[in-house]
Formats: sequence, C-alpha cells, structure tokens
Amino acid sequence: MTPRELRKIILEQSKRAHVGHIGSALSVTDIIASLYGGGLNIPGVTDRERDRFILSKGHASLALYAALHLRGFLSSAQLNSFCGDATLLGVHPEHALPGVDFCSGSLGQGLSVAAGAALGAQLQNSPRRVFALLSDAECNEGSVWEAVMFSAHRRLSNLIAIIDLNGQQALGYTRDVLDLSDMAGRWTAFGWHAQEVDGHDTAALCEAYERCKTVPGKPHVIIARTVFGKGVSFMENLIKWHYWPMSDDEYTQALAEVEATPTTP
Amino acid sequence: MRQAFSQTLAELAQTDPRILLLTADLGYLALEPFADAHPQRFFNMGVAEQNMVGVATGLAEAGFIPFTYSIVTFSVLRPYEFIRNGPIGQHLPVRIVSVGGGVEYGHNGISHFGLEDIAVMRAQPGITLVCPCDADQARTAIRATWDMPHPIYLRLSKDDKTRVPGLDGRFEFDRAQKIHEGDDALMIALGTGAVEAARAAELLAARGIGCTVLAVSTLNPAPTGDLLAHLARFRFVMTVETHYTTGGLGSLVSEMVAENSIACRVIRCGIKESPGAMTGSQAWLHRVNGLDAESLAVTATAALSEKSAR
Repeated sequence: MTPRELRKIILEQSKRAHVGHIGSALSVTDIIASLYGGGLNIPGVTDRERDRFILSKGHASLALYAALHLRGFLSSAQLNSFCGDATLLGVHPEHALPGVDFCSGSLGQGLSVAAGAALGAQLQNSPRRVFALLSDAECNEGSVWEAVMFSAHRRLSNLIAIIDLNGQQALGYTRDVLDLSDMAGRWTAFGWHAQEVDGHDTAALCEAYERCKTVPGKPHVIIARTVFGKGVSFMENLIKWHYWPMSDDEYTQALAEVEATPTTP
Repeated sequence: MRQAFSQTLAELAQTDPRILLLTADLGYLALEPFADAHPQRFFNMGVAEQNMVGVATGLAEAGFIPFTYSIVTFSVLRPYEFIRNGPIGQHLPVRIVSVGGGVEYGHNGISHFGLEDIAVMRAQPGITLVCPCDADQARTAIRATWDMPHPIYLRLSKDDKTRVPGLDGRFEFDRAQKIHEGDDALMIALGTGAVEAARAAELLAARGIGCTVLAVSTLNPAPTGDLLAHLARFRFVMTVETHYTTGGLGSLVSEMVAENSIACRVIRCGIKESPGAMTGSQAWLHRVNGLDAESLAVTATAALSEKSAR
C-alpha cells in the first residue's frame, strides 16, 4: 500500500461522510502506511500471535480504516459505511471491527493498554510486538506518563510508542497550549530508547522499527516529526482542519494534489 | 475479606495460569498469600490506578484474567473512564477489586470512603458487581465468578473476622440469600450492610417483631426474582447499604417497586449526606447515619407503628 492510496481514501471517505479530522488522519498517513505495509506482523486479524496496534489518537481512524481496507481486512462496503448508521466504522475505532485490536477515542489510555499487551506477550514468551500511535498533545495526559514509567520499569522492549509530533492540538499549537519540548528528552529521562525520524518517510520509519530490535531492555519511542494535514497544501498546519469537512472545490483540489504526488514515499 | 480474597485467589492460581494480581501499591498484610505463592504473577503497579486498569485491559486481551486491587475510591473513581472504555467497552475479563466499601476506613476520612462506587458501576451495563457480606461468602463468591468471561467489580471489606449469622458462606449468582425470617418487616441488605441488618433482625425478634432479611451480593444482574417475590409480601422494605442512598441498592429497589407497581414503601438506609470534614470510627459513622443495628431496629419499629396508625 502507498501513502498516496491511503490519502485518496481518507479524502474520499471524509468527503462522502462530510466529516472532519482530515488533518489528523493525513498527519499519520505515512506512519500507518509503514506499519500496515510491513512494520506490523499480521498473518491474520484473529491470529493470536499477530503484533498488536492501538491507534491511541483514535480521531485519526480514517487512516487506519483505509489501511485495513488496502490490506484486505475491510471490504469496500464496510469502508463505505464510515460514519453512517449502524456501522462499526465511527470517528473512533471500535474493537468489534475485525482488525481493530483495541478501542480508542479517549486520549491518554492507549499506552497503558499497549503496555499490558506487551507485558502479556512477555509473560507468554511470545515474540509479538505492540505498537501504540499517540499524538503529541495526547502527552498532556498524566496517565501517559504513568504508562511511560511502568513500561520502562518492566523493561518492555517489545513495546514501541510512536509520537505523531505535528505540533498542533485542538485549539492551538502545542508550544502555546502546554509545551512538551524536548519530547525525546522527556522519554529518555524516563528510561526509554528514543529515535527521532521524519514521520513522512516510510523507509526511515521501517528502519526505526527494525532498529528497536537491536536495543534490548528498554521500551522504544519513535518521535515522528510530521506535518498536520500533510499532502494537501491548504490544510497543512491549519487548526481548522481538525474540524472542518471539505467543500466540493476543496475536495477537488485536495484530490488533485494527492494524485500528483509521486508513488513513493 | 482481604485475606480470604488473597488466599482464595492463590489457590485458584495453582490450577489456572491466567490469573494475575495487580495492586496500586496497597494490600500490606493482605496480599502476601498470593504474592508469596505466585511472585511472578503479582505486580505492584505503583500508585498509578489508571495505568493499572489500562495494563489489565491489555493483559486480558492477551488471554489473562487480571485482578486489580486498591481502596474503593482509588480502585473505581480514579480510573473510572479506563474501566468504562477498557474492560467494559471491550468485554474483557478484568476484575476490579476494591477494599473498604462505605465508611470502613473511618478516621482516614472521606478521601478513603467508598460512597458512590455501587452507583457508578451499576450504571455500566456489562459489568457484574459482586459484594460479599462476609469473608466466608467472599470465598464462595470468588470461586463462583472468577472465570466468567465478562468484567467483574468485586467490593471487599477489610474485615476478615465478622460473620453474618445465617449466611454460612452461601452465594448463588443473581440470587439473594435469606438470612432471617419474619412476617412483620423486610430488610434487603447489600454486601456488608447485611451484618448490621442481621443484628437488627435479632434485636427486633427479641422485641416480638419478625423481620425477614435478604442479603444481596450481586448486581448487574440483581436477584430480581427473589426481590420481587418478597417485595410483594410486605407493606414496607428497608434497604441497607454502606453507600450513599442515591444510586445503589435503595435506588434499585425503588426502581423495581415503581416499575412493577408494587404497594411497598421503600425506606433507604445508607449514608444520606456527605460525611464532610467530621470523621470518626466506622461504628460511630454507622450510628450517626442510622446504619447500626439499634438504629435500624428503631427505623423498622417506627415504620410499623406508622402503618398501624393509618
């Protein structure tokens, strides 16, 4: 799957359903592509030994649904039920949807759940890994740091947290709302192994996932520097695309821009 | 019940490797039977209840049966949303274990009182509340429920010694246990509320008043059949619980009476107002809230005389 294919689906579905959170989904598109394009080991969505993934910033669900669809875990009919009635595809992921390992939507809960999943794998002597994708503003939540402390204390080296560091949150820029710089330094101070990568470089992201295997005894955080609304010029770094759906003209332009991007990355 | 819990869980864990015990740094002189027997399956999570429930959620999805342990307020209220979105939302067999329901922590004050846990947990469909009345029943209840597929809230007392007369450790899922029989008055008690209710029934018996006492130990589902059968037979019922009178057993029984058009007055005995800053022993707090045996007996006697005055 390519990030371009994912972005097209994100635009199509958010336009069809007339819903927002587009900028957030575009921010994590390349991360999701790197995970579902090979970073995650998923022989099947019910395979007990599959890697687990939690989209802790659940409002970017459309990127996840698009990836599940491109992997063949979600039919076109299911995808087209996004934000309809009697659908499992709401704005935030529900575990009842095959392919979604855990519910999310309430920020600050995903890393604890991922830590439990990682501890469970260790207790079962399983090589499976657990990935959690958090937003940078999600790290405002104190519970994130409970999980950060616990994971380092338990040496959960099979746990990989990815921070979507786009510098934006619902009402402003993170540096103005609740400053979290230096993000990597905060995690290393808590005993994590940290890497900083371009969050739109899928090859670099995949390399980072592999590098985690060479660092034992610590949980891993990948600080993924991203651009909110990445790939659509008029959405990039603009708060309003947390919320707004697209007009017809905006959709046409956005789709044209995404289609004009090269296939890789 | 803490000892009973820890010992029973340690015994069950001998035969089932899925059982894990997580504590938020509480359980001194209580959890040692499990921790000593199964050190690799005992986790002190630190003073971090939200993370404890989140981790339990991930563990349960991996196939484990994690028990999380703390004092009522820290066990339920602090991580409430984690419980709601995790084990309840995803139908996972996490057991939220809390100790010290009601005003059991006496002089520790309101920060340590469990006054609204039943209300907020009962409001969540999909989690069963198990509230043992004494240590013997706690053992039976844990053995009867530990491997159920859905989440369970287990409300324990610190007290391992007091026994509810007439209960003899009996526990049946979604059934009430009759612990005293009489035709004049009906008391329905939740969990440890049964201790004073049973004593009150004995006081009343000595004064020539017959009182039936039902001990309720599960909610969601409640023992609806047993309760309805008895409510229809009495002119008034006293609900007895170590909890605010709003949202718990008293509210449940009031709902049942109203929804089934039963001609039975409901008198809710429990903590009616915030204890506020003034604190004291559990016995004193029960007395000032009308939850000790003598106060319950007086309430029953007054209700009987009101009826006969009409």
